[in-house]
Amino acid sequence: MSNAYHIVVCAGVVPDPLQTLEPITPATVPALKNEMMLPAVLDPWAAHALYEAANLAAHAAGSKVWLVSAAPKAKLQQVMMNVAQKASFELVPIDSPASGFADAHAVAALLATVIQSIPALDRSRLLLFGGWESASRGAGVTMQLVAEQLGVVDQFQGVDQLTVQPDGSFEILERIEGGRHLVSTCQGPPALLGWATGNLPEPRNNPQIGMANMRTIMPALQRAKAGPLPQDAIRYLSVTPPKQQRQTRIVKDRSPDEIAAELLEWIVQD
Amino acid sequence: MSASAPASPVVERQQMSVDIAGVGFGPAMGGFLNTLARNLLNEDGTPRLVSSVSPGMPLQVICYERADGLGFGVSGAVTRARGIRASFSGVDLAQIPMAVPVATERLVYLLDPVGASRRSLAFRIKDRLLRALGPIVRLRDHAVELPFTPPFLRKHDGMILSLGQFNQWVSEQITSSGVVQIWPGMPVSDPLIEADAVTGIRLSDQGVALDGAPGDGFMPGMDVRAALTVVADGPVGAVGRQIDSHFGLPEGHHQREWALGMKMVVELREDSGLQPGTVLHTIGFPEPEIFGFLYVHPDRLASVGIFIPSWLRSPVRTAYRYLQHFMLHPYIWRYLQGGTLKSWGAKSLQESGRHGEPFLAGNGYARIGEGSGSTNVLTGSGVDEAWTTGTQLAEAVIELLEQKKPFTKENLEQTYVRRRRASWVDKESKIAADSRNGFQHGVVRGLLGTALAGFTRGALSFPAPKSAQTSTSTMEALYGSRIPPAELKQLQQDCAAHGTALHDRIMDRCGWPQIPFDGQLLISHQDALLMGGSVQAPPAYANHVVFTRPQLCQNCEPKLCIEMCSGQAITRGENGVPAFDREKCVYCGACLWNCNAANEKEGNINFRAGAGGLHSALN
Repeated sequence: MSNAYHIVVCAGVVPDPLQTLEPITPATVPALKNEMMLPAVLDPWAAHALYEAANLAAHAAGSKVWLVSAAPKAKLQQVMMNVAQKASFELVPIDSPASGFADAHAVAALLATVIQSIPALDRSRLLLFGGWESASRGAGVTMQLVAEQLGVVDQFQGVDQLTVQPDGSFEILERIEGGRHLVSTCQGPPALLGWATGNLPEPRNNPQIGMANMRTIMPALQRAKAGPLPQDAIRYLSVTPPKQQRQTRIVKDRSPDEIAAELLEWIVQD
Repeated sequence: MSASAPASPVVERQQMSVDIAGVGFGPAMGGFLNTLARNLLNEDGTPRLVSSVSPGMPLQVICYERADGLGFGVSGAVTRARGIRASFSGVDLAQIPMAVPVATERLVYLLDPVGASRRSLAFRIKDRLLRALGPIVRLRDHAVELPFTPPFLRKHDGMILSLGQFNQWVSEQITSSGVVQIWPGMPVSDPLIEADAVTGIRLSDQGVALDGAPGDGFMPGMDVRAALTVVADGPVGAVGRQIDSHFGLPEGHHQREWALGMKMVVELREDSGLQPGTVLHTIGFPEPEIFGFLYVHPDRLASVGIFIPSWLRSPVRTAYRYLQHFMLHPYIWRYLQGGTLKSWGAKSLQESGRHGEPFLAGNGYARIGEGSGSTNVLTGSGVDEAWTTGTQLAEAVIELLEQKKPFTKENLEQTYVRRRRASWVDKESKIAADSRNGFQHGVVRGLLGTALAGFTRGALSFPAPKSAQTSTSTMEALYGSRIPPAELKQLQQDCAAHGTALHDRIMDRCGWPQIPFDGQLLISHQDALLMGGSVQAPPAYANHVVFTRPQLCQNCEPKLCIEMCSGQAITRGENGVPAFDREKCVYCGACLWNCNAANEKEGNINFRAGAGGLHSALN
């Protein structure tokens, strides 16, 4: 039995988490102020999925990784400058809004349609990877919906580890309460794995991987088809940014215990 | 100053060959790659310029940028955009986010509203006179708007840009062509120099400890061989400085004039009264040597900042606190009050202009942009000049490739340097060459010298200073009249003992008021690092600031590298040797020219190529 996998990683693009984000509510759908001006990164949760996919593919001859991403083409192009240096993949871009305010069902339908149309994708070898959560939306349901539309019934969420057993089956560790893992086994693909952080560090930037990837990424971006998302699928009554409070003091010669105690006191005040 | 190569172990490195390798992505490289990319293919998609390393393929062009993104440049840019407009003929540049045509331009003299500014007798007399004349000179908010802006300073037909957004937009235009590759997050550690020719570049090692020693996942930096290396890594770039160190500077040239530009991008309150396209240049405050600016972008955003020049002779000069006092000047604050910080940043400017020009070309390499001495110190303009030098090199490269000539020093001089010498960049550079000569003898003389050179289009200027040294004054000479020597000494000892910066204590003692922090615009220096864009320091790279002779640092007081550090990344470490925290470094390079040993043949700071830096695309 071949151990080659066809791994499709679904990864959105989000504003660099280091930026200060400011939701605005125009007439229709909420958005982030100046979102197109902010530097963007691959959704950090999905980025872990990509690193796991690349690692798995590197250890299973004949495997291939596709990265399916729905975002404005200019932003995708910008993000690929960094991501393409880290892992080998073929980009399947969809030129669409990347806002976290889009309806998860609509996004999932779009992704599933595009995945179904990938030439040479063997659905029997399919491993659908993505982030368990997303930096742009907390619903955490998109990957599950994509898998359902693709008929993938073995689904795992909050995955930290995938180990291929000698017989080709998977042992999968999913996060559960109390910092523990639920250990499951499944016979292999097709399956959905919504990754938590995994165990792999961010790969080093490798110029040769970048050069190889870019031979296919730029043509793919030039061919990217528009994937419009319905604007009226969800009606938002209000949008509020996460509460932020900053109290800066310069204090020297305090012990870590004292600092921790003060932080604790400050946190429980709220 | 020189930059020696990092102490890399002898390892086998991956090799790659391309036709052209670029170092650093900014306006100069943007101009170069944009021009080149438009000429690599024929209309039918076949290669117009064929690769010599990949037969049958188009020219293989690759550029590496150390920052994590291509839009992380810092500059308060108002530019006439002549070269940029020529490259994008028919394109409305106002479509670039934060870009707007210049609408109004004012030059403002700021008086000292707090009585702490270190003003010479001439300045004090001038201030008294202006205050006495009050309504006649239209004194308002401790400021006088000059009736006209000198022609050499005017940008009336130009654009206000966010350099970050401009770079991001340009990179999109270039990379979407698919024929040129630009890789951010990839510092270039060294030029490859063989037999007095540059044969390519070496990328930085990854998977190393802070001292550069190989660690887990060690990945030696790749050697990228190229027939032409285009150096555009700016005034503090490691590759450009190593080339300068190896080949030297042309006879009589020097790079001893510097400035640190520090800015904030502010979201103005709705009724600020400032219109997009407004340009304010200021002189006179917070110190007479410090120039300021305020440029208004669309959508209520404004860039506001100052320049701290190397001729501000204070041994405890600083930028951040001076920037805040500048913003609090009543003339400026009436616009900024109620605003919110959106971004912050700092960068060094090579202010030697034409006198700092290195060899523009050599066998296998060419220099473009600010590191090539293109910044015009008279007009206060650098972006458009840098862009234009890039386009000139691209045109020269196309000419040489079409004629199948190699990238020798002679050929590059006959094509690239010839174009540059015949262009407005060079003509205006000549006019500006001696415009700063007076500043070594004081601000008043400096301003007179600037006016003299500017109004006579370079025909007249003050003579060049005899001494090549630009060291700072002593504490006693500069502050002795305000602070008794014993107290001055005590302040220094206290700060050394507690590891705190001296400039704050000195400024407090000289009467500068405390900054009334408001949490949204007036914030602590450390908060600026967090709220103004955030600093990233990717793991597994070596420290890029190294104090090469620690014993020299032990005896150095006051430590100007600490006082001037834009991110408070350099602090007092053990035994008096400065400690470097790369997670706070915004890569401004101020430590390099503020090292008290910077004027020696070998400076004491090795400023290497480093990954990361400030993450903000609004600057």
